[in-house]
Amino acid sequence: MDELDQERSEQVFDDFKKAYTANQAIVEANRCLYCSDAPCITACPTGIDIPSFIRKISTGNTEGSARTIFDSNIMGMSCARVCPVETLCVGDCVYNEMGVPPIQIGKLQRYATDIALEEGRTFYKAGADTGKSVGIVGGGPAGLAAAHRLRRFGHAVTIYEKRDILGGLNTFGVAPYKMRADAALSEVEWIMSIGGINVEHGVSIPETHSWDDLLAKHDALFLAFGLGPDTRLDMSGADMDGILGAVDFIEDFKLNAVDLSDVKEAVVIGGGNTALDAVRELRGLGVPHVSLAYRGAESQMGGYAHEWSAGKDEGVVSVFNVQPVAYEGQGQVTGLRVVRTDQAKKPIAGSEYVLPAQLVVLAVGQSKLGALVSGLDGVETQWGRVVTADDGQTGNPRVFAGGDCRNGGKEVVNGVAEGRDAAIAIHSLISEA
Amino acid sequence: MPDLTTNFAGIVSPNPFWLASAPPANSGDQVQRAFDHGWGGAVWKTLGQPIQNVSSRFGAINWQGRSGVGFNNIELITDRSLEVNFREIYETKLKYPKHAIIASLMVETRDEWREIIKRSEDAGADGLELNFGCPHGMCERGMGSAVGQEPSVNERITSWAKEFSNVPVLVKLTPNVGDILPHGLAAQRGGADGVSLINTIKSIIGVDINTFVPKPMVGNRSSNGGYCGAAVRPIALHMVAALARDRQFNVPISGIGGITNWHDAVEFMLLGSTSVQVCTEVMLKGYRIVEDMIEGMEGWMRDHDFQTTDQFIGKSVPAYSDWGDLDINFETVAKINAETCIGCQVCVVACHDGAHQCIHPAEVGRIPVVDESECVGCNLCQIVCPVEGCITMEEVDNGFEPTTWNEHLTLGKPVRPKKGAH
Repeated sequence: MDELDQERSEQVFDDFKKAYTANQAIVEANRCLYCSDAPCITACPTGIDIPSFIRKISTGNTEGSARTIFDSNIMGMSCARVCPVETLCVGDCVYNEMGVPPIQIGKLQRYATDIALEEGRTFYKAGADTGKSVGIVGGGPAGLAAAHRLRRFGHAVTIYEKRDILGGLNTFGVAPYKMRADAALSEVEWIMSIGGINVEHGVSIPETHSWDDLLAKHDALFLAFGLGPDTRLDMSGADMDGILGAVDFIEDFKLNAVDLSDVKEAVVIGGGNTALDAVRELRGLGVPHVSLAYRGAESQMGGYAHEWSAGKDEGVVSVFNVQPVAYEGQGQVTGLRVVRTDQAKKPIAGSEYVLPAQLVVLAVGQSKLGALVSGLDGVETQWGRVVTADDGQTGNPRVFAGGDCRNGGKEVVNGVAEGRDAAIAIHSLISEA
Repeated sequence: MPDLTTNFAGIVSPNPFWLASAPPANSGDQVQRAFDHGWGGAVWKTLGQPIQNVSSRFGAINWQGRSGVGFNNIELITDRSLEVNFREIYETKLKYPKHAIIASLMVETRDEWREIIKRSEDAGADGLELNFGCPHGMCERGMGSAVGQEPSVNERITSWAKEFSNVPVLVKLTPNVGDILPHGLAAQRGGADGVSLINTIKSIIGVDINTFVPKPMVGNRSSNGGYCGAAVRPIALHMVAALARDRQFNVPISGIGGITNWHDAVEFMLLGSTSVQVCTEVMLKGYRIVEDMIEGMEGWMRDHDFQTTDQFIGKSVPAYSDWGDLDINFETVAKINAETCIGCQVCVVACHDGAHQCIHPAEVGRIPVVDESECVGCNLCQIVCPVEGCITMEEVDNGFEPTTWNEHLTLGKPVRPKKGAH
């Protein structure tokens, strides 16, 4: 399996949400109403039978509990940590209707799945060899979920991955106070233990493999190549040192040791969840003064309110209603010049000023890689996303897609759901042939 | 994978989990849905001359914010016609040939018993359960617990049933007796192939202190009902074990009473139950609980290297003995783990007021001190401690040979000095 550096800056982070002890888990599990046709299930993109897995914790059947979780979501261990449960399952718990604290579903899921992985339970075996083969482009959550499900059906699977590690953003993009890279990779290893998932690293399409080659080699393809590099702002001074894309910045400190001792002031540009991760991460890495610069008002931010609330608690300074106009500095960035914006997010003339910063992190989105599929017959894109039917099938019947390259950038749990469902659709397609 | 297949006196079911004769086993639609969820068998809601029920019918104990820890009912036997019930038994058995259907029966005269048994067999029932247990309503009419409380009547009617029946006959026993053993033995003498217990306990679940009417209310009156649910489990466990450990008693037992999950079911089986029956938890949570029961029991069996249920049924019975045969020189004392103690001192007050005054506040800090020279090893501190594993009861080597009270009386074997008797 892929080796991680022993010294990584992400290691300074502790879990933001602490793990349950057995007693705490049982007390919380017993609070669950065990709803019928429960709203929490509907709220989960993978549709985990949440009341059943919680019931099983309450009876001491943690193995069965984990099985219930993994039946729907093979990355249930990660999702327990990284899902925005406040806006998904927990947010829809019926206790909210009563003004009672909702069940801590994520923490209970973590409890059951952690025990299962610690005990080495695998639950699933590869199916009998079908003689069919599927190529998966991208080894992130969608690709891994599809690969595991396809192996259960008995199909041969090859993952084509650009990087030397698997797991995609789940490995190198998740805020470390939710999950560190080593935990993500141990889950990858556990998923791979079903056996027979071949992986080719260092893949670049079309340089190392052409679409025609892949189509010739496999009965079906699953595209799960995610998103491209961080979007950059075309402003003067953009080539100075100290200006980083958020995804690059996060990957760097998660996988390596980074030195931010010279950074006294950092500015993160953006208002989405990646921006909110970045400001909290900068604070956690010891940067004394961290600002979030966002074009609109607080209420207009795309990021989750609970994440922003935690950021504020951790001392992040907000600079709302500003638009960047230029980077300041010579060779090394020293500040970000911004202009105030009105309620329509339009610049107000004459209101420019400079936010001092030795580090500017851009969290204004990632580019879409839709152009990558231009050589694939029948596969269409819209706004850079691969267009598919509900089951993931593209305009080319043998090509399916899922995860960020299809949905434009959602949660890990969405990628897992799309990978699983595409695998089921692929299975029925290639089993007929 | 462990095998849960159960053979109860010739009644075979894919697992030992049966629905008890009660509302969840009232109709074909229900029983079939239960089988789809994984239940191995069902004892059909008691058949007899259809009755008229009252409303309301159920009451529950609310304990620390949870409803249904104890439960009672004043519902009677089936209120549906025998024709409909038998047709549905027939249809269900046809569709689920591998599942067990046991017809629970309650009638009065010998001719009625002959008739209803024949019809049950014709409908395809795998076995019969004679309801000698119902402690409300039906007993006022000379049936149910009125039969079960009279060993001679129990034996006589059981022998009728055996005379008329070609399928195994279970007798469902009432716990509303001083000692269960004579009643189990009466059923055995009557020829019963097995017994099931306990039926519900005669009870009044509560009183509305504003209207002054006991619960459950039927207008401005109530009646005593049958108590069940998790709260009755210890009573049921004892009665099952009391039969299982008796040398004369040797027919299989179907355990009933407060079973909510696989763990409870394992306890009943360790004390001698071959199958278990569940009602209240299904009423509260639905048939779906059986998935966890099956999975949980299989996991437990695998952990303990049991391949079949026979390998553990009754395994705890030998460890259930008379008080006089306990080792009186066995000694434990409480140990408080200072690392995990949170300093609530709940153990201090419990020991001081409710036990033997041997846990004391520390002179410095809040971690209590156990005076082991006075600790009697009663478990109370461990029971009240809110921190899992913080207080442990640890065995002390006091140098005395193991001795029971009976051995002390008959053989004069020495007994260790008393503790906490200040």
